[in-house]
Amino acid sequence: MIRELSYIDVLYMIAATRWTLALTAIAFLGGGIVGLLIALLRVSSFAPLRWMGGFYVLVVQGTPLLAWLFVFFFGLSIFGITVSPWIAAAASYSIYAGAFLGEIWRGCLQAIPRTQWEAGASLGLGFTQQLRYIIVPQALRLAIPPTVGFLVQLIKNTSLAAVIGFIELTREGQLTTATTFRPFTVYLIVAAIYFSLCFPLTQWSRWLERRLHVAR
Amino acid sequence: MTYSFQFRDVFASWEFLLDGLILTLELSLIAMVAGLAIGIAGAAARVYGGPWVRRPVAVYVEAIRNTPLIVQLFLIFFGLPSAGLKFDANTAAMLALSVNLGAYSIEIIRAGLEAIPRSQIEAGQSLGLSGVQIFRYIIAFPALKLMFPSLASQFILLMLATSVVSQISAQDLFHAASIIQSRTFRDFEVYILVAVAYLVLALVFRVLFAGFYQLVFARR
Repeated sequence: MIRELSYIDVLYMIAATRWTLALTAIAFLGGGIVGLLIALLRVSSFAPLRWMGGFYVLVVQGTPLLAWLFVFFFGLSIFGITVSPWIAAAASYSIYAGAFLGEIWRGCLQAIPRTQWEAGASLGLGFTQQLRYIIVPQALRLAIPPTVGFLVQLIKNTSLAAVIGFIELTREGQLTTATTFRPFTVYLIVAAIYFSLCFPLTQWSRWLERRLHVAR
Repeated sequence: MTYSFQFRDVFASWEFLLDGLILTLELSLIAMVAGLAIGIAGAAARVYGGPWVRRPVAVYVEAIRNTPLIVQLFLIFFGLPSAGLKFDANTAAMLALSVNLGAYSIEIIRAGLEAIPRSQIEAGQSLGLSGVQIFRYIIAFPALKLMFPSLASQFILLMLATSVVSQISAQDLFHAASIIQSRTFRDFEVYILVAVAYLVLALVFRVLFAGFYQLVFARR
């Protein structure tokens, strides 16, 4: 049935944004855990561990996120596991975000001069202690601007979850289009909502980066 | 629960996959060329243009970079016909990808241009080089060398992102996968196969870009 596009539809779209944000939060949490692991593997002193981390990043950064979503959503059901869009999305986004966050954080860890590690070693600190007390506190400052920048990518990429029927902002836009048949207006509103989420984060990330350069 | 993988049915539809692969490559290459052209023109406008050129370019860049590609695609494919502009799926996909990559390229190229220190340009002037020579030897070449790695990885990200165009039924590799899936019900096999195909494509592009860099930039 075709009906007029009204303010209620806009409110529905704004309401659906909470699932975009929830998915972003889950992806960031899951991706953060995976990413931390990958970053640590990549700076490990044991070569096979570094290769494992490198292989993971190579594979995930070389395949489309859409493929992961489809493999988890359609693929796993053949093993008798019924997968809800939530689980499929959470798994796919954690894998995807893990590779990118892992690379970002590896870069930050490696930006800390070797001499800092050596200074820690000469004080008798072990690998984990060097990380915990010397490297991570310094790397954290470097990591914040690019991590915020990646958060923008993540918010935008949650829109892909719409294709497996996850009802977030983009899917809500599709549904509204189907009932009102006003695609241009609806997708402009959807784009505007994404913009209002992402633009402040982009600006914040830039500001953080500028501040970091001034401090150094 | 045991599951036996059967790739036979999937490989039997290899013609679909091949057609899809060709369109994916076409879309990627066209978007790369068009995106680069937009990037160069936009970056030149942002760095050397007056405020009336700079501002619209900045708005374009921010609008594209802060909204998802799939929404841009839907706007062009589903939205623009109501404004009287109707494209078939493949053309809409090509447009959206070029417009998207263009915005990212502008930022990368602008950053590269701005990374050349003023003192270098002044050094060129004091050596009596002409404006064209300064641009060619002091600005363009070193800036290209600086921006090439970022451009290359952005190109590869875009190649992977072309999979999204299957959602407006442009017949790319991913679309071929969903057709085969609906015919054979071999979901897992077909998506894994397609994921591997994208991975191989990404690696090939990476090797080509690295080779190009070695050939053109590394020796100088």
